Order: sequence, then structure tokens, then C-alpha cells
Amino acid sequence: MNIAMAVFIACSVMAIVGALALILAREPVHSALSLVLVMISLAILYLLLGAAFIAAIQILVYAGAIMVLFVFVIMLLNAGEEVRTNVSRLAKWVGLPLGIFFLLEMAYSLFHEFNGRAGAATGGTFGALVPASTEQLSMKLFTEFVLPFELTSILILIAVLGALVLAKRES
Amino acid sequence: MEFVTHHPVLVVSLIKIAIALFVVMTALAYLTWFERKVVARIQSRWGPYWVGPHGLLQPLADGIKFLFKEDIVPPAADKISYVLAPFLALALALTTLALIPIGPATITILGQPTQLVISHSSVALILLFAISSIGIYAVVLAGWSSNSKYPLMGGLRSSAQMISYEVSLTLSVVGVLLIAGSFDFYDIVGGQSGRWFHFLPKWHIIPQILGFICYLTAAIAETNRVPFDLPEAETELVAGFHTEYSSFKFAMFFMAEYANMITVSCLATLLFLGGWLSPFPATWHWQLYLPAAGLILAGIGLIVGGLRGVQLSAKLVFPVLGIVCLGVGYLCTFAAVMPVIQGPFWFIAKVFFLLFFYVWARGTLPRFRYDQLMSFGWKFLLPLSLINLVLTSLVVVLRLR
Amino acid sequence: MVPISYYLILSAVLFGLGVVAFVFKRNIITIFMAIELMLNAVNLAFVAFSREFNQLDGLIFVFFVIVVAAAEAAVGLAIVMVIARNRKSLNVEDVDLLKF
Repeated sequence: MNIAMAVFIACSVMAIVGALALILAREPVHSALSLVLVMISLAILYLLLGAAFIAAIQILVYAGAIMVLFVFVIMLLNAGEEVRTNVSRLAKWVGLPLGIFFLLEMAYSLFHEFNGRAGAATGGTFGALVPASTEQLSMKLFTEFVLPFELTSILILIAVLGALVLAKRES
Repeated sequence: MEFVTHHPVLVVSLIKIAIALFVVMTALAYLTWFERKVVARIQSRWGPYWVGPHGLLQPLADGIKFLFKEDIVPPAADKISYVLAPFLALALALTTLALIPIGPATITILGQPTQLVISHSSVALILLFAISSIGIYAVVLAGWSSNSKYPLMGGLRSSAQMISYEVSLTLSVVGVLLIAGSFDFYDIVGGQSGRWFHFLPKWHIIPQILGFICYLTAAIAETNRVPFDLPEAETELVAGFHTEYSSFKFAMFFMAEYANMITVSCLATLLFLGGWLSPFPATWHWQLYLPAAGLILAGIGLIVGGLRGVQLSAKLVFPVLGIVCLGVGYLCTFAAVMPVIQGPFWFIAKVFFLLFFYVWARGTLPRFRYDQLMSFGWKFLLPLSLINLVLTSLVVVLRLR
Repeated sequence: MVPISYYLILSAVLFGLGVVAFVFKRNIITIFMAIELMLNAVNLAFVAFSREFNQLDGLIFVFFVIVVAAAEAAVGLAIVMVIARNRKSLNVEDVDLLKF
């Protein structure tokens, strides 16, 4: 049990607890906060996988801006308590065991497939992990992927205009 | 004891964290004293004077008052968010201080060579922005969970202001990044060493003066200080998002605001003012004695001022403090300490200058109205940061050719 | 070191929990948040594979997924606000008329 495994287990437990809290929370604000917890634990996992820039972008953009937008809208629309759905008995008694069984089967096949590979994630010591440098990432982004980059900037412009037009009150 | 030998890096990090926390909490407390004194002098009055010599025990008295006040929780408040918000604010404000280096030297603690920073990361700058962007949740949660109109309005307005100015803050720093070429603070400050014309230091404030002005304005708005403090001004929205908070939780919001101020000032010195670099050329060897000289002068001033003071507490406390200052000043003349103390001395001096500027702005400027504030952020500051970015990238590309 | 299969299993679990939340919740905004949870699970898989095969393309994909999620959240929440204004309720079961 080295420290990488300990951090992974702690963060994955935090992420799963956050996702369960998203489902089981009674107020939408608590669901939003647990989703922020999921995003932060995923950012720590990205750091563990050596993608430091992506971890920072995840917290800065996803957890720090998009989820704040969600929380604002929940507060402005005054979303009250969740109404409990009448979950059908088929879903509870057949769906849940089937789901868990499917998950175990998928886990087994993933384990079987990827454990034998001599990949970078399985071999080497903890200190030998070479993190992805921001310079290489930006070189790739602006040479190979420059067309999607420009398209996403146009997409953001359209989203800004669309949100402004849609949310305007009829005056 | 073998825990120390088996995990030297961990133990040294814990020691550094303990020292940093102690220093920062004391600095926070005395920053409030400093602010009250300076604002009072700007307004032609004395400020705290009676609690201890020259009001120096005022922060202690305030702390004791906060601890002993009754802790009221509004009955219909959302308990989880209500308790979480101040803890989140203070924890995030203190976490960002782990990424800030104060000097270039490598010292040895417990036999382990270590740098003068708690966590040396190659993406420290963007991690710092990421951590401070989560601080917005503390404000909006505090406002909403109090279940009352004034905090809700104050919280929403304050967090909308913080989000708007965060964009300009991040963009005004990109100019520095283009010049320095790295997110690491050591590389950014290293790129500011050297001089133009043998006397002008190559600090980023000179090519990036527009960026510096944008950064300072956006930073004042981001930390909710005057002139951008409408959401928490007393004449406007009672006390904004922390209206319903009392005793220790309010103290935590208070401390978080000052800690944010310190973090933003440290970031400005690292990015624009040359961090731990001295403004004098390296050939002027007398500057190595400046920390020692400053401390010895401060010690003498404290002793003389204490002996001439009116109150008995002044007569007792100040000479003791003066002797301590003299001792530390003498310590700085030792050959082992002198090169190490240079970096932190200049860093702390520059941070102190920026904090004085913050307090000066508070005592002098009136506050913005909320719609003026938002239009200033989006329609003036953001285009200005973008122009700075475009001009900087133009110059960098032309110099590369 | 942590084998990559652990990351993929975590991603699958989070995605499954996102689907469960999407199917069983009634508040529009909570359903939206379940979509964001699913996108995050996919991001984790991308980053894990990028580390496994030592290529940066996975990280570029994550970057674009985050940007597109931001744009989608902005427009989606604007639509949610219009629906809430018109139907006076945030329950998906109340949005059941094609034209009114």
C-alpha cells in the first residue's frame, strides 16, 4: 500500500460518496455541492495521473465557474425540496442486482485486459511518473487541433449570445 | 523518532506548515491593527490607542471578544451550508499560501535540504487561481443558507462581482506568463533578474504596466475591498452575506478576507514586482546589511519610544520588544544567515508596500454602486486586459523573429 | 502504482450513478447535474487512457469536453429558466405539452 494507492482509494471513495449524495440529497443545493466534491476528487485523480494542467482547468472552469452557475440558477429559481419518486419495484429488486452484476462483470474483464499490459501506469516507481507538460499540450492544441479550438471559440460565442437571448424577459 | 528518519520530507513539510500558519495568523491579526491605525490617521484621528501600548493588543482583545460571543444560528438556516461556508472561506484562503515561495535559497531543516516554499509545483500559478476560484462558493453559500433577504442579495451580488473580476484577473496575468514562459513561480521571478541600462531592474511591472494596473484593480474587486465592497458595506446591505453570522464564524470570514488580501499581494509581488529580488544592483554590497540594519534601527526606536511612553504597559513591553529586535538584527549579520535572509526581507517589504496601498485605497476612495461596478468590470477592465494580452503577444512574437 | 483498470472501473461506476440520477430524478436542474457527472466520468477515462498510452490526445479531448460542457450548461440553464418562468414548476413531469 504505497501513498499513490492510498490517495487513489481516498479520492475514489470521496467521488462515489459525492455521486451517491447527488442521487440521495433532498435539496438541489446539496446535490450541487456534492457534484463539486466529485469534481474536486476527480481533479486530485488527474494530478495523480500526471495531468496537472487539466486538473487545474477542471477546478478553475468546471468546479469554479460551471457549478457556480448551477448554484446561482438553483438559488434564483428557488428550487425547493425534491419530491420523492415512486421507484417501481422492478427497478429496485431486479434492476439493482442486475446493475451490480453487470458492473462486476465489466470490472473483471477490464482487470483481465489491462493488468497484463506493460503500460506506463502499471510499471515504474512512483517517482518515475513524467507529468504532461503544459508546453507540449499547448503545442498540440495549437498545431494539430487548431480547427476544433477555433470551432469551440465560435461555440462559446454562440452559447453566450444564446443564453442572453433566451433568458431575456418579454418586455 | 524513527518516524522522522523514515519520512524526512513529510516531517519537514509539517514543520514548514506550522511555521507558516503561525506567522500568517499573527500577520492577519496585526494587519487589522495596521489597517485601523492607517485609516484613522488618514481621517485625522488616532485609531486604537488604549488597549495595550498604541493599541497593539487590540487584535488580541478582538479575538477574545469573538470567541466569547454567543453563537447564534438562524432557526430556518440550512445547517450544513451555514457551517460549511466560513470554514471553506478560511481554509481556501490559507491553502493558497502553501504555493507562494518567499526566497530562492535552500535551507536545511533536520538535515533535509528544503526550499523556502511549502509546495513547489510546476503549475503553481494556475493552481493558485483554481483554489481561489472555489472561494466563491463560500460567499454564495453563506448568503443563501442564512435564509434571509439581505444576506441572499449580498451573497449573490458579491459572488457575481467575484466571478466577473476573476476573468479580468486571470487575463491580466497572461501577459506575464507570455514573457516568463512558465507557470512556476521560481521561473517567473528568475526571469525578472538582471537589469536594463545597468540600473533599471527587469521587473515585469515595467513592460506590463497596463497588466499591473488591471491586476491590482481586479484583485481589489476580487477580495471585496473598497472601492468595490458594496455587497458588504454597512450602509448598503447591513453586512451583506455575513449578516447572520456571529462570533467565531464571523471572525473566520473576517480572517479569510484579510488572508485573501495577503495572498493577492504576494502574487502581485511575485508576478510584477520581482518577488525576492533586490531593487539595488548586486555590486552594492552594503545592501546585504539592510535587514540587519532595519531590525537594529527598529529595535532602538522601540526601546526609545517605550521608555518615553506614557502608559506603564508601553514602558514595559516596548523595550523588551526592542531588545528582541536588536537580537534578531544581530543574528542577521552572521554569515550563515545573511544570504538566506535577503530574499524573504525584500519579499516581505514589497508585500507590506502593497498592503499599505490596499489600506490607503480603503481610507481614500468612495465605493462604487453595484451597476457601475459590474459595467466597469465587463465593459472597461476586460477589454483593457484583452488589449494588454494582444499587445504583449504581438511584442513577444516580433522579438522572437 | 495504481493499475489503469482501477481508474476505468471508477469511471464506469460514476457513469452508472450518473445514469441512475438522470433516470430517477425529477428536478430539471438535478437531471442536468447528472449529465455533468456523466461527462466527468468520461473525462476520467480519457485521462487514464492518455496516461496509459503516453499520448497527449486524451488530455486535449478532456479540454474540449470541458469547454463544450460549459457552453452546454450556459444554454441549458437559460432554457431551464425560461421553462420555469412559463410552467411555474421545475418538475420534468410538468413539462408535458408540445404546445400550449
